[in-house]
Amino acid sequence: MIKADNVVKVFSSRSGEVRAVDGVSTEVARGEVVVVIGPSGSGKSTFLRCINGLETFTEGHIFIDGVDLADKKTNINKIRAEVGMVFQQFNLFPHKTVLENLTLAQCRVRKRSKKVADEKAQALLKKVGIPEKAGEYPSRLSGGQQQRVAIARALAMDPKVMLFDEPTSALDPEMVGEVLDVMKQLAREGMTMIVVTHEMGFAREVADRVIFMDEGKVVEVGTPEHFFTNPQEERAKLFLKQVL
Amino acid sequence: MKAREKTWPWRLLLVVILLGIAAGTWGAVSKIDYKWRWYRVPQYFMYLAEDAQKIPFDGKVTAVVKGNKNTKVTVVSESAETKTIQVTSDTLKVSEGEDLFAGDTVGFTKTWRLGPLMLGLWTTLWLSAISSVFALILGLLTGIARVSKNITLRGLAMVYVECIRGTPLLVQIFIAYFFLGTVFNLSRNVCGVGALALFAGAYVAEIVRAGVQSIPKGQMEASRSLGMTAFQTMKDIILPQAFKKILPPLSGQFISLIKDSSLVSVIAITDLTKSGREIITSTFATFEVWIVVAAMYLLVTSVLSQLVFYMERRLAVSD
Repeated sequence: MIKADNVVKVFSSRSGEVRAVDGVSTEVARGEVVVVIGPSGSGKSTFLRCINGLETFTEGHIFIDGVDLADKKTNINKIRAEVGMVFQQFNLFPHKTVLENLTLAQCRVRKRSKKVADEKAQALLKKVGIPEKAGEYPSRLSGGQQQRVAIARALAMDPKVMLFDEPTSALDPEMVGEVLDVMKQLAREGMTMIVVTHEMGFAREVADRVIFMDEGKVVEVGTPEHFFTNPQEERAKLFLKQVL
Repeated sequence: MKAREKTWPWRLLLVVILLGIAAGTWGAVSKIDYKWRWYRVPQYFMYLAEDAQKIPFDGKVTAVVKGNKNTKVTVVSESAETKTIQVTSDTLKVSEGEDLFAGDTVGFTKTWRLGPLMLGLWTTLWLSAISSVFALILGLLTGIARVSKNITLRGLAMVYVECIRGTPLLVQIFIAYFFLGTVFNLSRNVCGVGALALFAGAYVAEIVRAGVQSIPKGQMEASRSLGMTAFQTMKDIILPQAFKKILPPLSGQFISLIKDSSLVSVIAITDLTKSGREIITSTFATFEVWIVVAAMYLLVTSVLSQLVFYMERRLAVSD
């Protein structure tokens, strides 16, 4: 499904070069839920953003369903339509209603009719538990509701993969649960997911595999049981000691 | 609990200050030897024009039919040509049976016409309107080019904006008229509109650039992550949000444009300002005419800012 092969991302600035992602290779199978954890600045978000082309990577290859993102001839918009993304800051379109947020890309990219898109949007709002908010503007919604709308917006494109970039980090603690519940439900339904998060409980419960990153490199990979109970690497042990 | 502060003393103070300024001005003006002639001004808004109706040939008046307002005069020439002329009744100069020569005046027709002030205002309005439309298009394209990834586009936009913002509008109008107008054989109106549009376009571009850059990066990323193209994102996500933010500075720019359009009077376009100058040469009512001209500009710009205020409230729905 997704195959990353020695991905390197270098940020150049006046003070020198930063290797934000430094030779990451991994594979994600269809239906698999992969949770990426690691300290701030470890490159996990940058790696995630490389997967749907929001960041161009410096070296290596990422294949999505066999299509190479590093290939200049690849139509990145087509790939993105298949790869849903949920952001830390929700990034809903504030000038459009919740329903319009969900239908816009369906109509523009998937070329669906207004009616079909509306039905799809309503069904998804029901699924994330806020069908009554369809006509509201995002500014009237709580953070948790906004993030659920953002998930529904990504799902409206019928993506093959969903990427979550710290989806609960900007939320009030009491709203984290409602968003995680939606994500758990998605995982149970067999959606392929890559989740960057600090929610260790979620990782433990839902992940098929945990990837621990530090300083742009993959330090340790394993099942949640293995990772949380018996990590091999010193850096991972230290990290877990701090967060658990 | 703190009592609500009274506002009426401050309102009173405001009125007193304004009255003081008015009284001071009045006092200063009355000290100099100036005769106010306000009665001369209204005719330059609208006037009753009298057009002389003359006969084209030698002939005889055969019939005079008096109506309530208008009178029909029928004249027959020596070669039996007939002509009926209509004039306003109280200006009739001939009677039935009279012999007339070619070019004699039968009477006058009276019609209301717009005076130079109204014609000048109209010129100012359409000049500003057309310039605004072009400035908006130009500014939008340049503003987007300024934030583009393409270095050529960015460079072109920057050179344009810097050149225009770094030179006075008056000089630009002279260059547009005397240089470009001569080289490309353009009419003065084209030159005037062109200079104004180019000038305002540069400022609009900066406003648009600031507006686009004020939209959080996440909006672009969210839209692109859904598979929308850069163009669709600009059109559906970024510009609508940016537009709401830039409406106040943009309207300020267009109000400026209306005022700046007074400068095209230097290339002999008869706008409101030039009309005012022309009226002064025939009335010597310098004070009155300039005050009236200023009031007319003020009226137009106030209407525009009220309109923008209304639009801002309409667009605030999603906040």
